[in-house]
Amino acid sequence: MSAETGVGAGPAIPETPPAEPGPGRSRGVLARADARAGLALISPTLIIVLVMVVLPILWTVLLAFQRLRLLNLRTTGLFGNFTLNNFDNVFGSGAFWSSLGTTVAYSVLGTAGAIGLGLVAALALRRPFPGRNLVRAAMLLPYVAPIVAATFAWKTMLNPQFGVANYWGTRLLGWDAPIAFVSEGRPVSLFGLELGIPTALLTVIVFEAWRSFPFAFLFLTARLQAVPGTLEEAALVDGATVSQRFRHVLLPQLLPTIAVLAVLRFIWTFNSFDDIYLLTGGGAGTEVISVSVFNSLTARGDIGGAAAQALVLAAILAVLVGLYLWKLSPREEQS
Amino acid sequence: MANRDRVETQLFGVMRILVIIGLLVVTLFPFYYSVLLSLRPLDAVLQDPGALLPTDVDLGSYASVLSSAAAGGQGFGVFMANSAAVALGTVALTLAIALPGAYAISRLRFFGSRQISVLFLAVYLFPAILLAVPLFVFFTRIGLRGSLVGLGIVYVSQIVAVSIYMLRNYFDTVPVSLEEAAAIDGCSRLGIMWRISLPLAKPAIIANALFIFMIAWNEFLFALLFLVEERDRWTVSLGISQLAGSIEVPDTVLMAGSVIVTLPIVILFFASERLLTEGLTAGAEKG
Repeated sequence: MSAETGVGAGPAIPETPPAEPGPGRSRGVLARADARAGLALISPTLIIVLVMVVLPILWTVLLAFQRLRLLNLRTTGLFGNFTLNNFDNVFGSGAFWSSLGTTVAYSVLGTAGAIGLGLVAALALRRPFPGRNLVRAAMLLPYVAPIVAATFAWKTMLNPQFGVANYWGTRLLGWDAPIAFVSEGRPVSLFGLELGIPTALLTVIVFEAWRSFPFAFLFLTARLQAVPGTLEEAALVDGATVSQRFRHVLLPQLLPTIAVLAVLRFIWTFNSFDDIYLLTGGGAGTEVISVSVFNSLTARGDIGGAAAQALVLAAILAVLVGLYLWKLSPREEQS
Repeated sequence: MANRDRVETQLFGVMRILVIIGLLVVTLFPFYYSVLLSLRPLDAVLQDPGALLPTDVDLGSYASVLSSAAAGGQGFGVFMANSAAVALGTVALTLAIALPGAYAISRLRFFGSRQISVLFLAVYLFPAILLAVPLFVFFTRIGLRGSLVGLGIVYVSQIVAVSIYMLRNYFDTVPVSLEEAAAIDGCSRLGIMWRISLPLAKPAIIANALFIFMIAWNEFLFALLFLVEERDRWTVSLGISQLAGSIEVPDTVLMAGSVIVTLPIVILFFASERLLTEGLTAGAEKG
């Protein structure tokens, strides 16, 4: 039963309930023809996903248990000598644990920043004003622009020699000396407050919030449009102020969306490679796990070590994705 | 109470305007700064780094970045062609296999379709860096590393799942009764798909094509892994990232390259903002 009703996992549209099974054999013949057509139509996708995604992931598992270097790649077979050495090296080195800590700090703060900024933007642009559509489109630019262009613009802006940020920072904001935003590994102290986060890490976190807030902005705007106007009107009649209406009427409506956003953004930030690699190259206390995988693979040619780290990253993510599927998307089945 | 209401209404009214202006500055300034720098010669930038308006517009950076390496330029014309070839090829191939797939998942009941949907969602959420290791090794081994075709195939395999997810949401909104009417008139399953469903889904297909193009055009990690050793096959993104920080190529020249790689995306985006926004939030209504 479940195999039939759950097909496609898509929400059925209210106007078109699934066709009642017709009497007799003709329905069975049609259903079988449909089943064959379905498999035929999905098979190209299935093949490319299996060959290019699923098989490589399984192969990563094999690679992680072998001592394989880029240099002797051509002479090694698919099933070499299996060993736990790579995992020993990963878990035994302080480097891995420190990059795990960096990754978590980066993901949590980056996600919080992106959603917070997105929420502020969605609320500010909620009521119509002249030119709102253009402003909305502008808000999406950081998200759609090529990552290389965005990081290059930021890197140049923050350049200690001729960047515009340091030029005005030293003149207007009273900085003692230009700040090397992307290569300074010492902890930030803001107004005498030690934050315990290296300057470069704070820079990539701010960049991540800037780059991803449009995604949260889009989702929250869509959700805000679906909030019934009568709710707020009722609160208004009861004498609720702006902040009270937000706290007690809007926020409860937005929370489920914020939860989904938090999980999605956290997963993506946890894996993100491009932003940090392009901004800092993983230096100055910003080496997250994905950058460390890349460096092991290309700079050190240590395929086994890279695979082992990637696998640990994937295991952590599998737990997160599992939580996401289990906790946050049961609605699909209900509809 | 009424007093607090008035104070809050005014306070948030002012804050709202400030926030909108602040957000505009924050989102647009890096792009404005890129254009500005690409129009100024390097020595002018070094002499006066804080200038916020171009004093004398100079297109030399664009000439230098676009002209071929033989002519003393950076050869970004070739990089543009590479980026365009990979992105367009990815769009064509992804749509060719995702359209039938999305139709099947939305409309046809077959064994295992539910598991397939879950598999695609997992692929969508899983990290690219996890695939980097095996694909790098595999393509090195079969000698396809350094080829644009290999890169395109990798892109297709990673985008097809999300593409199907977006298209399926659209097919779900097309009334089944239209297809049933065609079936009664004697149309086959493929005929229905070709004559009824695809024409109806045209806006969604265009939005999807733009979305795929943007992902493929902007992609960096796999381009870096696969193509870095062959300068002739670099994409624009790869070109900028590889030449950045070197002494021979001034940053203003690379900034021109950066503007060039952003421009197609911005044009596409503003031309189709509505379609794309709907595509990006496909599924948001459910959440």
